[in-house]
Amino acid sequence: MKRRPLALLAFLLLVLSAAVGQSGGELRFYLHSEPKTFDPLLVADDASETIRYLTGGVLVRVNRRTQQAEPELAASWTISRDGRSITFNLRERVYYSDGTPFSAEDVAYTVQRLMDPALHSPTGDSFRSGSGVVRTRVDSPARITITFPAPVAGIDKLFDQVAIVSSRSANKERAVLGPFYVADYKPDSYVLLKRNPNYWRRDATGRQLPYLDAVRLGIQPNRDIEMMNFRRGEIDLINWLDSEYFDRLAGLAPEVVHDAGPGLESEQMWFNQFPNAPIPAYKREWFRSTHFRRAISGAINRADLARVVYGGHAQPAAGPVSPANKFWFNAKLRTPAYDPAGALSLLQQAGFRLEGTSLRDREGHAVEFSIITNAGNKARERMATMIQQDLGKIGITVHVVTLDFASLIDRITESYNYEGALLGTANTDLDPNAQMNMWLSSAENHQWNPRQKSPETAWEAEIDRLMKEQASSLEPAKRKACFDRVQEIVVEQQPFSYLVNKNALSAVATTVANASPVVLRPQTYWNAETLSVRVQTASKH
Amino acid sequence: MRRVRQSAWVLLALVVIGSLGAGLWAPADYATQFREAPNSPPSHQHWLGTDELGRDRFSRVLYGTRVSLLMAPAAALLSTLLATLAGGIAGYLGGWWERIAMAATDLFLSMPWLFLLLVVRAMLPLNVSPITSIAVTFLLLGLLGWAASARVLCAGTRGLRDSDFVLQARASGLRGFRLLALHVMPNLKPVLLAQFWISIPVFIISEANLGILGLGVAEPLPSWGSLLRELEGFTSFGFEAWKLVPLLLLVLVVSSFQIILSRDEVYA
Repeated sequence: MKRRPLALLAFLLLVLSAAVGQSGGELRFYLHSEPKTFDPLLVADDASETIRYLTGGVLVRVNRRTQQAEPELAASWTISRDGRSITFNLRERVYYSDGTPFSAEDVAYTVQRLMDPALHSPTGDSFRSGSGVVRTRVDSPARITITFPAPVAGIDKLFDQVAIVSSRSANKERAVLGPFYVADYKPDSYVLLKRNPNYWRRDATGRQLPYLDAVRLGIQPNRDIEMMNFRRGEIDLINWLDSEYFDRLAGLAPEVVHDAGPGLESEQMWFNQFPNAPIPAYKREWFRSTHFRRAISGAINRADLARVVYGGHAQPAAGPVSPANKFWFNAKLRTPAYDPAGALSLLQQAGFRLEGTSLRDREGHAVEFSIITNAGNKARERMATMIQQDLGKIGITVHVVTLDFASLIDRITESYNYEGALLGTANTDLDPNAQMNMWLSSAENHQWNPRQKSPETAWEAEIDRLMKEQASSLEPAKRKACFDRVQEIVVEQQPFSYLVNKNALSAVATTVANASPVVLRPQTYWNAETLSVRVQTASKH
Repeated sequence: MRRVRQSAWVLLALVVIGSLGAGLWAPADYATQFREAPNSPPSHQHWLGTDELGRDRFSRVLYGTRVSLLMAPAAALLSTLLATLAGGIAGYLGGWWERIAMAATDLFLSMPWLFLLLVVRAMLPLNVSPITSIAVTFLLLGLLGWAASARVLCAGTRGLRDSDFVLQARASGLRGFRLLALHVMPNLKPVLLAQFWISIPVFIISEANLGILGLGVAEPLPSWGSLLRELEGFTSFGFEAWKLVPLLLLVLVVSSFQIILSRDEVYA
């Protein structure tokens, strides 16, 4: 009888340890390209970003589930009324992976290096709010104030991307504050990350994180091989799956696939409105007509695109912001209805007429244009072919042209020798400030008509005004109102016809505990410090 | 062997008649998208199932066969003719002619064709109809695919030029074109045919790959090449045998031609 309570206690401890995740294990997955750098301030590619996320310690972390900024190395922070300064109160008794202590000096060193124009840090570009110098003031080893020359909207969330570098360590790239450090790197083969013995975070029971002993990042660009090795149990997760692979994998092992719902990625189509583009003048006139663009948008069956091309793992898009972006999405917007009759009516209002099965403009030109997209992207090729059939129903002939990516980019950014284009946008930043280079009429990436000296249309002028207004405001409600209006204008004017928002699809082996895929990057390992791998035996999925 | 040859004839006849009469017996237009039934397996309505956009695969195979069966041999013929001109004449004349022609062939083979094709694509207009895209694609393949064959033909012609029976014909006073036409070319025929038949499947697959550069047969027109692209990533997952039909057809058609023509070689 006396043994029973002991057995019960042992059982409870076992259950508890299983619930909080087991220590140990090696998580294995693939990078799809060679990491270009291990310097966290120079990260510009996906592979390096993965390593930065797993090794870098940041002051503030955007929780990938709630999308809210949470304290990390900074226990708390305050933003000045004018929005130019931010003061961080840092955690104490935190050490780098090499044993050197973390202090405000390291934050000052990191910020100064980040803002050094000679470094050309892509992360630093997000902080450049105006001309002038960024100042840092170290108030104490655990308190620092950073002052920018002009207000920076959403300043705290920007620090999610800034891994704090040691000012004192000899090997700065290997001295990290994140859950793992780079232990080994074999080019073309793998990057091995090992558990940071000095990582500051602990779980609810007081156990030091991370649970994992190591993360092995194989370098494998081929998606087919990645899929095959996942099925063989040679890797534990696939961070991003296309819908075709997702469905096939779901048919074989439904317990390993995860559809987290609409992600931040969208697919859109647009027409070339650049005044000096080498296209016939009458076509440019079509493309600059709001009626024409709205008619084309209305004649595209977005629900079919989502269902047929993405197997239902996408949602018809309403506008430029995905519903995955919880705060900034304008919930009043509705997906343009599929309405070929309405589209024809709009075209007739703009002077077009249907002659037999061919649509013609005022001057009798048959309405015919090409849509370029990148070759090899099956989903886009299929969408373009479906749009070809949809527009064929209202008498428009579409030529689908697939080009290699370099040629495509050259056409849409340099020669402007194209008519329509179909591409996607992968928003990694939730804040609209990250989209300034797309919406401002003077911007390089204002794709339909870039680098305007002054806005050529009234609605583009209004977008410019609203984007600048939201960027200079520190009131979230005011910023949201401005950006909501921008989204409405985009839907009214259709400079980009947003087609679908792709779902965030991933696969995680059942041996990985505590995995909870989300829509924000990195979808599957955003909580890497609490993941664990149960058994390292090869199991087929 | 006779039965095999007869079977080959029957098969070829069926394929040719089937593709030429596609408009009569294809259950659907090659471009019609049955969007309620994408990727469906074979059924009473769709004998070979549907593709990823719900297009009837059987109809697309029929129309695609028409495109590839007409254009790939035409391109193969063009490239073999060019190879015969360059390699055959160089091998026959020998000396400096051969050296210059082979140096030019080597230079041609070493050209970075990927980049040159990108330039060609950049020069072509984007608004190209599917029919024009077929013509441009296979013309390019024919114009670019001769060099490797030219080397083989040059070696073959050189061997014939130095052979005893050609020497005897020369000694008998036969010269120039008559010598070439009566003794060299007939004996070169097996090599020519081999080069021709090898080129056909190569061009069909190349046509599919050219799609990556925006030069393949344009959607929605099917070709064997575009149908074979369905097999990309085929090894990763389950076995869907009906998707192998274009590949099977390609193998059968090329084999049938070779079986039929091997008879001619025996009597040549």
